[in-house]
Amino acid sequence: MTDRTQSAADTFPKLLRERVRTGGDRPAMREKIYGIWQTWTWKDYEGVIHNFAHGLAELGFKRGDKLAIIGDNRPRLYAAMASAQCLGGIPVPAYQDSVAGEIQYVVEHSEANFIVAEDQEQVDKALEIREKCTFVQAIIYVNPKGLRDYDPELVLSFEALEERGRQFAERDPGFLDQAIEKGSGTDTAVILYTSGTTGTPKGVVLSHDNLLITSRNAAKFDRVTSDTNSLAYLPMAWVGDNIFSYSEAFVAGFCVNCPESSATVMQDMREIGPDFYFGPPRIFENLLTMVMIRMEDAGWIKRKMFHYFMGVARRAGSRILDRQSVSLWNRSLYGLGELLIYGPLKNTLGMSRIRVAYTAGEAIGPELFDFYRSLGINLKQLYGQTEAAVFVTMQSDGEVRSETVGAAFPDVELKIAENGEVLYRSPGVFQEYYKNPEATAETKTPDGWVKTGDAGYVNEEGHLRIIDRAKDVGKMSDGSMFAPKFIENKLKFFQYIKEAVAFGDQKDYASAFINIDLDAVANWAERNNITYGGYQEIASHEKVRGLIEDCIAQVNKDLAVDSHLRSSQIQRFIILHKELDADDGELTRTRKVRRRIVAEKYGTLIDALYSDQQHVEVESQVTFEDGSTGSLHADLKIYDLPGLKPMNEPLAAAS
Amino acid sequence: MSDRQFGDVVLSFDNVSISFGAVAALTGISFDVHEHEIVAIIGPNGAGKTTALNVINGVYQPTDGTITYKGEVRTRMRPHEAAVKGIARTFQNVALFKGMSTLDNIMTGRNLKMKSNLFAQGLFWGPAQREEIEHRQAVEKVIDFLEIESIRKTNVGRLPFGLQKRVELGRALAAEPEILLLDEPMAGMNLEEKEDMCRFILDVNDELGTTIVLIEHDMSVVMDISDRVIVLEYGRKISQGTPEVVRSDQKVIDAYLGVTH
Repeated sequence: MTDRTQSAADTFPKLLRERVRTGGDRPAMREKIYGIWQTWTWKDYEGVIHNFAHGLAELGFKRGDKLAIIGDNRPRLYAAMASAQCLGGIPVPAYQDSVAGEIQYVVEHSEANFIVAEDQEQVDKALEIREKCTFVQAIIYVNPKGLRDYDPELVLSFEALEERGRQFAERDPGFLDQAIEKGSGTDTAVILYTSGTTGTPKGVVLSHDNLLITSRNAAKFDRVTSDTNSLAYLPMAWVGDNIFSYSEAFVAGFCVNCPESSATVMQDMREIGPDFYFGPPRIFENLLTMVMIRMEDAGWIKRKMFHYFMGVARRAGSRILDRQSVSLWNRSLYGLGELLIYGPLKNTLGMSRIRVAYTAGEAIGPELFDFYRSLGINLKQLYGQTEAAVFVTMQSDGEVRSETVGAAFPDVELKIAENGEVLYRSPGVFQEYYKNPEATAETKTPDGWVKTGDAGYVNEEGHLRIIDRAKDVGKMSDGSMFAPKFIENKLKFFQYIKEAVAFGDQKDYASAFINIDLDAVANWAERNNITYGGYQEIASHEKVRGLIEDCIAQVNKDLAVDSHLRSSQIQRFIILHKELDADDGELTRTRKVRRRIVAEKYGTLIDALYSDQQHVEVESQVTFEDGSTGSLHADLKIYDLPGLKPMNEPLAAAS
Repeated sequence: MSDRQFGDVVLSFDNVSISFGAVAALTGISFDVHEHEIVAIIGPNGAGKTTALNVINGVYQPTDGTITYKGEVRTRMRPHEAAVKGIARTFQNVALFKGMSTLDNIMTGRNLKMKSNLFAQGLFWGPAQREEIEHRQAVEKVIDFLEIESIRKTNVGRLPFGLQKRVELGRALAAEPEILLLDEPMAGMNLEEKEDMCRFILDVNDELGTTIVLIEHDMSVVMDISDRVIVLEYGRKISQGTPEVVRSDQKVIDAYLGVTH
């Protein structure tokens, strides 16, 4: 429980030595192999890292070389990251579910001459990439399954390279220490490619200082110690995973647990019971949807109990968590609820032990946020960016609000530009966009301020409130503000709505595309005896329209009481015939809507929303997981919200 | 697939006939299966495909003719003996214990390999426990191989059909067979499940070196994964050879498309 955040080590490899010296026998990594959790101590971890580093060096990996890393969260992939850093090289993790073409862009742009790929699937992509990127010198795989017949000239196993490294270390024992000593805090530690809400991905260059100083601040801020357990389940290419599963683990010396497979995350989480957790809002949303579906299927006693005690939790839960005064009666009821409902529920979610959980990446619906907090889970919002090594603002214990994202993080300066855009300056601010000085100059001012691209304001409490993307915030034709993301998030809180895209900039009224949540709607359909043949059919069902209409009407009711947003009430909507998908370019890999591409692709639908058409035909391209494409034809109905004026009459005139 | 290497003949049918009363299910069937080969048996409904599988693993005894398995000529063999000698199979209509988990179902595939007696197993500690751990390890390898970690503890009855088929394959694999008999492994599956199943069958054949005899109705699957195809019609063999040969055989085309006599 010592404070490990004070340290002189200025790079990850140097910090690793410190970890081994002060707690070499403590757990560093855990992975489930053949159904049993296997632990690596920091000493084991260092052993793998050093062997692999030697192996890379023997293959000719030099200072400044890039190592592309493609795969799910695996201890050896994290080790490979550290190995590259030992040699003064730069790891470049890529999104593992990307198609080969997208990864090729990253490999090509970063000039990564070495690739570590997790398994056959990723090796196949790497081999495809190598045909075009002939500078790739070696492809190394972690999981040998299915790779037995691959040409050993082309691909190397991680273990084989470790073995070669071991021999190399015997021949030249002083080599690695020298290489590590050469490193300094200002060296580049990692290049992370942004998922690219706009245009091609940009490589964000972060130095060891950027990551380590920020991680030390973060660990201190929430008193994260070496006794912590976390679950590494988000893409390694994402800055959040880099900070929470790698940097902060190195800084605080805690144990990172890797799930068995992406399908087992829920069970693994239950088994591990992490006390430190990080997830974008959609994860929390999915969990809530799952809980709600299962509650609907439960017996009536359980259902009654659940709803009664959730009511108690709403009244008392968050207040107890924030140490505010709560009547003795409510406190006792909450205690009973903990015994009967909250405790078992948290256990099912794997959240019994959570001491601190963060959500970021997107605004979280207030109802969703309050749900978790009322259960007694210390969920906090933070606001961050890859360019800031995550942290810009963070909520401290006892100052958690659902509508704001907290005060400036330690060492971060905040200011709001005239157009409402949020700017910050901090030790975590990125060096540059790799090989893209124009973009760097556009985002980072000469005196170190970074433009976030988000519009927001600092309220009386000193907390930042983000409204929307600065460039997305528009005006309706009556001059009132139109904040699409705000509306979409309100819509997405409903379990039946998976994704929504709102339109209204420069228009007379607001409208929306809706994606139904198939899990929730299918379950609802089953309970209501509605038969359907597939996604398209259920999406166009008349009863589903009613279901969605109720959700939208609820959102409209909330909007109507807000003086700024009254005009943004949704008047017309379309339920889309297919799910918006990252493979079709409609979402980013982190599942954010790419507004411009959606607008281009579905231009005819948007035109139809602003005409008096009652239906519209659409032909859309879909990309399958193997990269092949097909097309989907549908005739979509356009629905008008009853009670609202359908066309061409600004609402303001009515009021 | 052209550069695939096969071993010796591991199983051969020599003039095998079987009849149930007056019905001749198989008449004078002869064929060889080589080690490491994937052989498909196809044919219209009632052609005798499942009967042929049943003869291989000893459910039925041939009325006439001999079967040579691993150099040993036999006319009679019980299913139990077949299993001990390395023949495992899956069934057309999944035959799993629906109330048991995936893990337990696959564990039953290890049954023949368990040495400790009932008393030792009841006591649990000691040798039986060590054995249990050993078998669990083997089962976990199968789970890993078939990528069914996420349903390890789920009751099989709650799984979709495609996954149940995969669990059944897992149970057969747990016995570490030399020959794997698959009776319509893709029946009732959607395209994605079929692709998965094909990949697993090829992986089993490739990684574990298991010889595979399968019955399948989906011709694209048969043509894609088999080294050799045997075609039955009304209990007689009408053609055999590589998928290309069989595909262009007029007799096969007639059998499938019908012919006017």
